[in-house]
This record gives sequence, structure tokens and C-alpha cells, in this order.
Amino acid sequence: MHDKQYRVKVGLATCGIAGGAAKVYQILKDRLQESGIEVERTGCIGMCYNEPLVEVIEADGQSYLYGNLEPEDSLHIVDEHIEKGKPVRNLLVLGRSAETDDQTFLEKQRRILLKNCGHIDPEEIQSYIDADGYKGLRRALEQMTPESVIEEIKQSGLRGRGGAGFPTHLKWGLTRQADGAQKYIVCNADEGDPGAFMDRSVLEGDTHSVLEGMLIAGYAIGASIGYVYIRAEYPLAIRRLKIAIKQAEGKGLLGKNILGSNFSFELFIREGAGAFVCGEETALLMSIEGKRGMPRFRPPFPAQKGLFGCPTSINNVETFANVPRILHLGASAYNQLGTEESKGTKVFALAGKIRRGGLIEIPMGTTINEIVFDIGGGISTGKPFKAIQTGGPSGGCIPAELGDTPVDYESLKKIGAIMGSGGLLVMDEETCMVDVARYFLSFTREESCGKCTFCRAGTHQMLKILERITQGEGREEDVDLLIELAEKIKAGSLCGLGQTAPNPVLTTIKYFRNEYDAHVKEKYCPAKKCKALITYEIDPEACTGCTLCARNCPVDAISGMKKEAHVIDQSICISCGLCINSCKFDAVTVSSKPKQLV
Amino acid sequence: MKQATAADLRTLAQDHPVFAVKEIVDKHIESKGAAIPILQEIQNVFGYISPELLRRAGEFSGIPVNELYSIVTFYAQFRMEPTGEHLIQVCHGTACHLAGAERITESIQFETKAGPGKTSDDGMFTMEKVACLGCCSLAPVLTIDEETYGKLSPEKVRKIIKDVRRKNPEHSASKGDNESA
Repeated sequence: MHDKQYRVKVGLATCGIAGGAAKVYQILKDRLQESGIEVERTGCIGMCYNEPLVEVIEADGQSYLYGNLEPEDSLHIVDEHIEKGKPVRNLLVLGRSAETDDQTFLEKQRRILLKNCGHIDPEEIQSYIDADGYKGLRRALEQMTPESVIEEIKQSGLRGRGGAGFPTHLKWGLTRQADGAQKYIVCNADEGDPGAFMDRSVLEGDTHSVLEGMLIAGYAIGASIGYVYIRAEYPLAIRRLKIAIKQAEGKGLLGKNILGSNFSFELFIREGAGAFVCGEETALLMSIEGKRGMPRFRPPFPAQKGLFGCPTSINNVETFANVPRILHLGASAYNQLGTEESKGTKVFALAGKIRRGGLIEIPMGTTINEIVFDIGGGISTGKPFKAIQTGGPSGGCIPAELGDTPVDYESLKKIGAIMGSGGLLVMDEETCMVDVARYFLSFTREESCGKCTFCRAGTHQMLKILERITQGEGREEDVDLLIELAEKIKAGSLCGLGQTAPNPVLTTIKYFRNEYDAHVKEKYCPAKKCKALITYEIDPEACTGCTLCARNCPVDAISGMKKEAHVIDQSICISCGLCINSCKFDAVTVSSKPKQLV
Repeated sequence: MKQATAADLRTLAQDHPVFAVKEIVDKHIESKGAAIPILQEIQNVFGYISPELLRRAGEFSGIPVNELYSIVTFYAQFRMEPTGEHLIQVCHGTACHLAGAERITESIQFETKAGPGKTSDDGMFTMEKVACLGCCSLAPVLTIDEETYGKLSPEKVRKIIKDVRRKNPEHSASKGDNESA
């Protein structure tokens, strides 16, 4: 046994654990216990599509990444690679002699923010310090004035990564200049957009970078107290934050007179209680104050009157995580990346009908096609790429024709979408755009806090219209009515939730008007998704009479004798699609035509 | 004095629910904006927030009960009714929606007889639809009692539910009786 020559790491972020990584970790730990090799824990490596992932590093630093492992595979890796020195090629996804094309997943990425994710142990502060951690804070405290920190952030061109892209130095500068003895730093970790998990991955994989960013911000604006407002749905991130706070306190990096300076800072965690609107800054502050999270009118901006009435700077997780990198690398190195107006990199959660979904980081200005095809490896279903959705319920759907659009704040805005916090949802031909719009509206209708009439009642009405369109009961005037309502909701809402809620509807109408018309005028769903407009049938030629579909049908709509062609009773069928899923002979077909009820 | 942990509080809550509420309130009341952390811990310890618990929390904290009620009804996290023995959360995030979360919800309902937001008659399962569990690459996803299952299909759901049932062989409809006893 080549003991102690190997290092073994297992990716243990939420998605890895969901993919079975905890079992793999335990098995490896038990198996390697006697060999003296300690199995290390790390955060999200980014290749969610290959979870669970295990990295084996040889004495010379050569790394081998194994993916898609079943528990027994991990034992096989120990037997072959660690005991005999022979990498298991068929399980490799990255590294010398890997047979897959996964290398291209990383080639167009620039991992600056995620450089530690998947490499360091997020529960060990020393692991972060060894990776240049807390050097940015040290530089700020020992060599810079608060003003020069803000100037450095200005030079870097950093803009808010929560989605709106407000220049970070302005927010800090205004908070610094505001009158008030007590000032606060708040980290917005209420990552509520469905389909977005960037902040969670950073918090789970590189917890200390967020803490360090908050500390630097606290020093820059003159705040002595910080809050992390984090979704309760992220228990692992919360646990790691608590560990990180304790460890930082132990090292004198948090608390009184940090690193021997005059700067003192305390950090508290507040768990969100499940309200999407609390991602909006004034609503978030209300929630920390222990009230219903309802947005209030601005001005005064939080920079003047924020948490408990004191000047407050609220920044997103990713924004904070960028700060130590900027101070460590220097603004001039950082702003080399990106475009004229959008500097640096952006982390995205790539998901949907994509072959290689995961956590990616790209320089601003990378095009959508590069993300979908070069990094993501194309569409998972093999069907044509139809659209990509950015910004969750506040964002827009960008059609495949605009795939050359560079991803930066201005370019995305120009085509009706937004950068958003970083969710990227890829859609293929089988996705019905009207259904997507309906889905997002059902979300915003549910999450509207109810304060503004247009948002509360308007989203409800829009949803009703979209529902009847998807049910084949759309009226001629419906699409125009949707546009009219959308404009009024945008104009009549106080906060970002209402102002952006109509975006998914407006962009789908703009780019996919033909699909709305098909639903309204022809009662036809081109993607064959809308239940009321599709019919399942069994092809008697292809059906072998195996009875599997009949046994799976939840409403007993399928009948037929064994070894004879089966038939679906359309008057009972609820179009759930279980039959098409279960059929092994492709005998069940789906078509879209008005349903003829008996 | 050492602060009571959730486990301590749970033990205390079994025999002296009112004392447990008092402990929870005392633990948080000093910090600013204590209402939400108090309610979160009550739910954590008791599983849900009954009107009686709410009244006690108001009494001990001095926060008007109507204010506490307004918080409980505003935030999706809070529950005013107990859940079944197993809590199933079905992700309805965008990726899961595209991957057929609706179909998964239907098959859970079919297998457990618990509709969205409801508890099955045998008290065994409660099903909740949730916005996003953040495991988009594994869509569609659900969690049962905080364990996550990904890449679901209706068949897989059937198997998962069956496994959960198998782990509770002696379970019967008498759970309600046990509780009131």
C-alpha cells in the first residue's frame, strides 16, 4: 500500500449529499481508516451532473476526479488506485487518461470566486487561510484607510451580484458618509429564486470568504455589527456559517480589536422564514427587525436609514465573496476580466434541459451559446435548444436565436431579460413557453406580499388569464390584456418583486408570440405539455400487451387483455403521462388536438 | 447558565410545554427583533405553532399576540397544524417544474393519499410543495424528513414511499390515539 501518498477528497455540498456523497464519504472513511489516509471533506466542485464526486490526489499533485459513483465504486477505487496505483479509467471524469469530455466543462470558465469551492475544507479555517484566506482583510486593516478600500472597490468595477448590478462602492460610500454612530452590514443570503443555488454553494464551499468580505465591508463603512440573513431551507450552509464564525472568533479575526487593530466586528445569523419578497432589501430589514417582511418606500435608502433606523449596507453573498479576492489580487488585476461596464466574473447555476448542469463561473461577456454548448455540453434530451431563462421569476426568456448575446448587465437588459442573481434555466423544444410564463406567475402571485394593489391583484388576474390559455379557453383579446396588465403592474408596484413579476410573460410574448396564438386560436400546444390540450393514445401496432401501462395508470383508464393491444379511455384519462413513461416499446404517443370528451 | 439546546427543550416540552415556551422566550428576548427567532424555535421544538403556544409566547415576551399571529401567517415556514409522521417536501422550483414536478406530486398523492399541503388520513405523511430545494441538477427532487432524493420518476417515488412504510411496520391508524393519551 502506497500509504500517505494519496489525498482523498469528497464533495459534500447539499447537492452532492443528495446525490449520495455522504454514503461514499462514510464508506471511504471506514475503508481507509487503517491506511492512515484521511478522507477530506470539501464543498461543491461544480459538476453537479456527476455527483457524487471523489478526488484522488497523488503525491506529485496529479489529480484524478471520479464521478457518478455508486457506493461500491468507491471501494473499487481504493482497491485499484490507492492500493495498486492504477487509476480506474472508466470511472474517471477528469485527470490524466480520463475518457470523458468533461474537461471542456472547465475550459471556458474562470474560477476566481469559486477557486476554493471543491478544494478546501469549508469547516476548517486553516484550510481557507492556507489558500490566501484573510489576506485581503489583513491588507485592508494594516495598509489601507476605509476610504482607500472603497476606492479600490470602485477601481475594480464590482457591481452587486444579487441581480440589479448597483455599483458596490457607491453603496458603501453612501453608508460611510451617512450620519449615525451605529452602522450595520447585512449579507443577503435569502436566495429565493427557484433554480438558483450559487449563494448556497459559496456559503457551503467557501464560507470564510463571505465572512472576510463582510469584515472588509464593515471596516470600509465603519460598521461594527453584521447580520447574515439566510434562508432556513439551507441547513448545511447555516451550520457551516456557525462553525466559521466560531473559528474566526478563535483566531481573533472576529470580535474586538481584530488583528490588533482598532476595528471590532460582531456577526449574527438570522434565518429567513420562507418569504421570497425578503430578498428585497427593505423587506429583508423588516424581517430582521422581527416583523412581516413587507417592502417600504425608498428614499430613505437603507444607506441612510436601514436596520433599526441606522445606516446599513446590504450586499449579496457573491458580492461579499468577491471582495477578499479584489483586495488580495488588487483592483487592476480584477478588472482585467469582463466587459467595459461589467467587470469580473459571475457565478451561475446552470440547470434545466442541459447535459452538464452545475455551478459555473464565467468572465462577464461570455455568450449564451458558449455557456449552453461549450460549458453545458448542449441539450440533455438531444432536442433542439429553444430558450434560456435568466433571473428567475424576475427575469426573462431569451430565445435560441439570440444565443450570441454576451452575458453582462447591459446586454441582457437590452433584450428584455436581466442578469439576475445567477439562475440559468435551459429549455428545449419540449418546453411550452406559455406554461413557463404561467409557472412563474403562479410563483409571484403566491409570493406577492399584498401591499401594492397592482402586484397583489394584478398578478392574480394575469395568472387567471394564463391558466385559461393553457386550458384551451383563451380568448382573442387575452394576449393584449396580459400586456396591458403587465405594464400597469410594473408601474404600480413599490418593490422589485412587482416591478419585475411580469417579465417572464412579456419576454415570452415578445419572442414566442406564435405559441400564445396557437393556444388561444387553435387550442393547440406545440410543445405538447398543456394537459388540457393533449391526448395520449396507444399505437395498436407497437403495443405488445405487456399490461405495464395499465398497471401504472392511477385512474384505471387503460384496458386490454394480456398480449393484446391496449386502449386508453379518453373520458377517464387525466393526461398524467405515467403510461408514456412506463412503456418500454414506445407504443404510447402524445398529440395535441382539442380533447374530445365522450 | 448554559443555554438550553433544542433537545433539552424538546424533553422539557413533553411534560411542561408552558415552561418550554418560557425558556425559549427568555433565550431570545434580549436580542433585537426577537419575534421570529422565538417562533422558529417554538416550531422547531413543538413541530408546529398552536394557538395556545402563540398565546403563551405573547404572554411571556410582551409582544402582542396579533403581531405574532401576523408573522406566523406571513411566512411560509410556519405551520399552525401538526404534520404527519413523515414530512414530504416536493420541490417545485423551475428546474423541477420543467422535469415534471407536477407528475411527481401526483404520484406522491397517489401513493400516500396526502394531497399538497395535507396530511394523509392515517397520519403518516404530510406533503408540502416548496419553492426550490437548490438541487436543480438532480431535478425533480423531494425530501422526506430532510433526506433528499433526486432524479425522480413515478416508479422511484413508489419505491421510496414503500421503503418508508416498511421502516414503520407496526404503524397503524392509532397514532391519533397515542397523541391524545
